[in-house]
Amino acid sequence: MHIVVVGLSHKTAPIEIREKLAVPESRMGEALTRLCSYQGVREGILLSTCNRVEVYAVVDEIESGYGRIQDFLADAHLSLSSEQLTPHLYWHEGDRAISHLFRVASSLDSMIVGESQILGQIKEAFEVALTHKATGIILNKVVKKAISVAKRVRTETKIAEMAVSVSYAAVELAKKIFSDLSQKTVLLVGAGEMAKLAARHFIANGVRHVRVTTRNPQHALELADRFSGTAVAFEEFLEDMASADIVLVSTGAAHYLVSEDDVQRSVKQRMNRPMFLIDISVPRNIDPAVRHVDNAFLFDIDDLKTRVEQNRGERLNEAEKAERMVVDEVGIVRQWLQSLEVTPTIVALRARVDDIKQAELDKTLGRLANLSALERELVEAMASSIVNKLIHNTMVTLKAEVNSSEGAAFVEAARRFFSLGDPAVCNVNESASSSSGTCHSSQADLREVGEVTPRTGSKMPDH
Amino acid sequence: MAAMFFVVTMTLYFAATVSFLAYLLWPSEVLSNVSLGMTATGFASHTIALGAGMIGVTDVSTPGFHQALSFFSWVLILVFLAVEFRHRLHVLGSFIVPLALVSLVSAAALPETAPTLTPVFRTLWVHVTLSMLGTVGFAIAFVAGLMYLIQDGLLKSKRFNVLYSKLPALDYLDHLNQQSIVTGFPLLTLGIITGALSAEFSRGSYLNWNPEQTWALVTWVFYFVVLMGRLTVGWRAKRAAYLTIIGFAGVILTLIGVVLKSHGPVS
Repeated sequence: MHIVVVGLSHKTAPIEIREKLAVPESRMGEALTRLCSYQGVREGILLSTCNRVEVYAVVDEIESGYGRIQDFLADAHLSLSSEQLTPHLYWHEGDRAISHLFRVASSLDSMIVGESQILGQIKEAFEVALTHKATGIILNKVVKKAISVAKRVRTETKIAEMAVSVSYAAVELAKKIFSDLSQKTVLLVGAGEMAKLAARHFIANGVRHVRVTTRNPQHALELADRFSGTAVAFEEFLEDMASADIVLVSTGAAHYLVSEDDVQRSVKQRMNRPMFLIDISVPRNIDPAVRHVDNAFLFDIDDLKTRVEQNRGERLNEAEKAERMVVDEVGIVRQWLQSLEVTPTIVALRARVDDIKQAELDKTLGRLANLSALERELVEAMASSIVNKLIHNTMVTLKAEVNSSEGAAFVEAARRFFSLGDPAVCNVNESASSSSGTCHSSQADLREVGEVTPRTGSKMPDH
Repeated sequence: MAAMFFVVTMTLYFAATVSFLAYLLWPSEVLSNVSLGMTATGFASHTIALGAGMIGVTDVSTPGFHQALSFFSWVLILVFLAVEFRHRLHVLGSFIVPLALVSLVSAAALPETAPTLTPVFRTLWVHVTLSMLGTVGFAIAFVAGLMYLIQDGLLKSKRFNVLYSKLPALDYLDHLNQQSIVTGFPLLTLGIITGALSAEFSRGSYLNWNPEQTWALVTWVFYFVVLMGRLTVGWRAKRAAYLTIIGFAGVILTLIGVVLKSHGPVS
């Protein structure tokens, strides 16, 4: 059993490809069922947002698993072959797959590091997977852990503040161009999370006129409604740009939407009234050459981040701190995964019962000092026999189920019934208090997963 | 007494200039209050000096460049204090107070008694006052333009330093620029008209195309074009800033020319 991830994101694939692979919510269930019907795929979860399409799965074999998932992704769109996808995909397994999920959940892999939308999207994907019984004990544990890691990152670092601060920095810059924002008009191009957040900040700072344009006209209408603004047709927004004092651009387009000439023309139409352009897109949607246009002030996400760093006057890199947390947490999950291996569990079980037996024997034999050697042997034999019979079925079942889809659940159950804990940690648990913290936390996590366990596994298709 | 207060004023303005310039580079806001206090005290002292000087003025006294420049400096600070009082724009002091100081030092360098233009009428006082008020407008526009270009440059190059944080919004500066010219231009126009009337009385001709009159007219036409350009074809923002800086340089050159002609080797 191996955890793998196969997918593509804004870092590896242009929007044209991402759009084709995106799975609409209505077809999510069907897709998950199809994913789990592939041979060797035991558990699966599908994350599909405008910036990434990723499949996390538990597979029997890494190489064949990669192949199956790639086929699955290619099947999503008729015009795409599996080979065409290859240059845009990334494949990770084991720790790297877990680490990838943690980084994605913590928004470290996002276009705008620290934005919060992705965590909600992961929760939704997980809900859908649970509903369709596509995940089992392993992914349940790992995804839950990813969510808790993301929360830890958000509370213990200032990474989330970054996204808010970027909006704040944009408003603050605007105030150095326009003294009174209440008379100004904001044009929102695209519906990126950051741009919406920034638009809300502008409105909170007095901006009353909002114009919205997105590729999808319906979406623009909804957004315009939310901001009490006006929707503008996407094809016409360049002509409309002159009416905007502040232009916020955040689309998924892989090319420049706004050129130097467009801005030059707008500034001219505005009779040289200054324009403030904010490009929160990655890759950029406004040609950086716009910087050369007089009375147009272009700032991109890096400029805003620089401003934020200066505002804070703090040298510590929050993203780096978050990355370290991810590494720590991956270590904890790795230990737990190791505990799910059957052999170490059997060894631990054996050791555990032997310890109990020995302790009880010592206690009893200490009181029966006048026993003969034979009698002592008989008592010891009886103790061994009771213990062996008690654990016999457990051992046999564990060995038998090792390769079934429920293997992990059995191991988990055995570990909990016999209080086996983590093999690597619990040996030192009683003697070394320093490591007990790690053990406790993983125990707590196991309990958390236990709540989900009963509804999983049993109905996984296993061909 | 006037002379004493004049020296006190100069000393205070000098200290305020140093303090205001330091304020530009220093993140703290404390210096602004110190600078402001010195400027206000200097202004009070200057008012007394000017008032004391006025006592001796009779109909036949003629206003010289000493008085004109001193008056210019006084109005400049008055306008600054008014704007500061309304908008709390400390940083304006860092630009205006040095200008007022330079004007005052120039005044000090010139003799208090003017070379007599014969015959002189009361209109000359009106001419000098109006011209100087107009010039104050252009001076403020110049300062606003200068601040605009600095802030524009800082924003474009994304250098968010102390100066950036202290300078006001670009459109505020552009508005200040416009208001100053809109106010200064009619005053200069009246100044030129009264000047022409004075010339008519003193020399018998409204206009005899001497260099200072020519320059004054060129300046007038220049600001007229700047003002019209702003109102009709959008000469605002950066272009307006450049134009008002050039315009004010022209004004200064005119003044220097006139002063040299009256007092210096030129005449």
